[in-house]
Amino acid sequence: MKDRTKYFAYPYLVWIVIFIVFPSFLVLLYSLTTDSGGLTNINFTMSNFIKFFNHLYMNILWDSIFLAAICTIICLLLGYPAAYIISKSNLSRRNTLLFLCILPMWMNMLLRTYAWMTILGNNGILNNLFEFLGFPKINMLYTRGATVMGMVYNFLPFMILPIFTALSKMDTGLIEAADDLGATKYIVFRKIILPLSMPGVISGIIMVFMPAVSTFIIPQLLGGNKSMMIGNLVEKMFILNGDWNFGSAISIIMMIIILISMSIMNKFDVDKEGGARLW
Amino acid sequence: MKKKSLLIVSITALILAAGCSSKTEEKEVLNVLNYDIYIDKTLISEYEEENNVTIKYDTYSTPEEMYIKAKAGASDYDLIISSEYMIERMISEGMVNKLNFDNIPNYQFIDEEFKNQPYDPNNEYAVPYFWGTLGILYNKTTVDASSDSWSMLWNEKYSQRIIMMDSQRDAFAAALKLLGYSLNTVDEKELDEAKELLIQQRPLVMAYITDGAPDIMINEEADMALVWSGEAVSAMSENENLDFVIPKEGSNIWIDAMFIPSTTKNQPLAEEFINFLCSKEATLRNIDEVWYSTVHTEAIKEVDEELLNNSAFNIPSEDINKMEMFRDPKEFIDLYTSRWTEIMAE
Repeated sequence: MKDRTKYFAYPYLVWIVIFIVFPSFLVLLYSLTTDSGGLTNINFTMSNFIKFFNHLYMNILWDSIFLAAICTIICLLLGYPAAYIISKSNLSRRNTLLFLCILPMWMNMLLRTYAWMTILGNNGILNNLFEFLGFPKINMLYTRGATVMGMVYNFLPFMILPIFTALSKMDTGLIEAADDLGATKYIVFRKIILPLSMPGVISGIIMVFMPAVSTFIIPQLLGGNKSMMIGNLVEKMFILNGDWNFGSAISIIMMIIILISMSIMNKFDVDKEGGARLW
Repeated sequence: MKKKSLLIVSITALILAAGCSSKTEEKEVLNVLNYDIYIDKTLISEYEEENNVTIKYDTYSTPEEMYIKAKAGASDYDLIISSEYMIERMISEGMVNKLNFDNIPNYQFIDEEFKNQPYDPNNEYAVPYFWGTLGILYNKTTVDASSDSWSMLWNEKYSQRIIMMDSQRDAFAAALKLLGYSLNTVDEKELDEAKELLIQQRPLVMAYITDGAPDIMINEEADMALVWSGEAVSAMSENENLDFVIPKEGSNIWIDAMFIPSTTKNQPLAEEFINFLCSKEATLRNIDEVWYSTVHTEAIKEVDEELLNNSAFNIPSEDINKMEMFRDPKEFIDLYTSRWTEIMAE
């Protein structure tokens, strides 16, 4: 009998064409045209892209990249040790810890972000605690710090999980061998554990940076709309200004930036075989 | 063999299920688009039950967003409730149907004051729903409002305690009025001055928000907020420390009205629903929900004494005289949007 399993991939192929390829093509088409009137009269232009390169929009772009980078670094610093501890604990404990790590993701992201508003507010839980302990109140909600905080909170699991996968798949024989040969714990970590977990780290960085750089609801709710990010700009162009052409051009520029940063990350990738990478 | 029979069974079940659901779909459908929190929702379910129709209710947060939603045509709306300047724009673009007032006898209860307005000079397209103004909601215990001026929003004493509205026309209205200009100006120099003022204000602003300002004020998280009058009424009913001022430089008076977009597939039903919303009972229940000033001549007679004494609901006529209505700036709207983007990106 012939292998017919490949037919099972067809529904997904149709899915890709309808919901990924075709919309991406539309976005590209919008970004390269002006709003002149329907499909009968398409004017190709680069003006939408040229418009993006002025200091106003470039500032927003750099600011988004900066905030997303900060968020990614914090996630890495928090996520790597967490993943390491989870991977080293015994099975039942490990499952509990993983469960706790994923648990918040069962809740709607909007709800979680609203919860942070009541925590960080001037009369919120944290400030009430400070007041109770005799410290002055701190303005936390509607600051850039609150935006980064919200991003770290929402995207941290995307850092922990791939690193955890990489660490738990590691061949413990290598570590034992290093121990036998007299390597210190630090050397073992630096020479064996860290390099072998790099694929997970890179997946984690990509999976945190991508949603962080394009988020728009977190700076709106926790940042009080004060530092506009690129996602807010796209939203504004589509929903408020009705300039779908320019909005599409910004989206395309974002896609290009993410593609570039992904290919740079792949250069650092040691494990060419795929290993624990999620893609 | 077993698999095949299972397949047949499930397909028949699917067809049956589809058949059942399409039966209920035979009800007439009315697609309604309205501001968020701008109707007593039980009215919708009651109307659905009494008239055996299905109302698909959709919301938006700014008139600009409504325009895009109506124009993009993802859904063919039968009835939209929105602000006068955006209705004016849609009328001029041929996106609004003329109403058959024979189906809307309750139109007689709409106050003459709100008819023959510039956005619909001959009363052909729209039926007023609520009206209101723009002003400053403030906390009496912390803010000195004796200046009675828009400059309160620029007072450095309240740095990081001021909530601005994330709505370009309204934010510009406050700045333009403070400068003594018309809030419909298309003069680039005047708009640039207003822009500079709004940029100056940025470090003092705690947040730019559209719908959440009353909650923040009720919790006393901020000292003052630029709000619409109904938001002020609802916040004041929850926290006694709050008060509302319409600055002496004058403000915006707005009318939100119901209209039928040209995408409608069921105009008579939409007109009946408009008529239903213009009934005294429906209006009174909506007032209890949205707290904006009513256009209904009969309903106002039955409003609580307390509400009538609230100057954010029963707006004094000396304030109204100084108010200006938004007009559709047509192609000049870009002067506003580009500057607003600059302010927000600063």
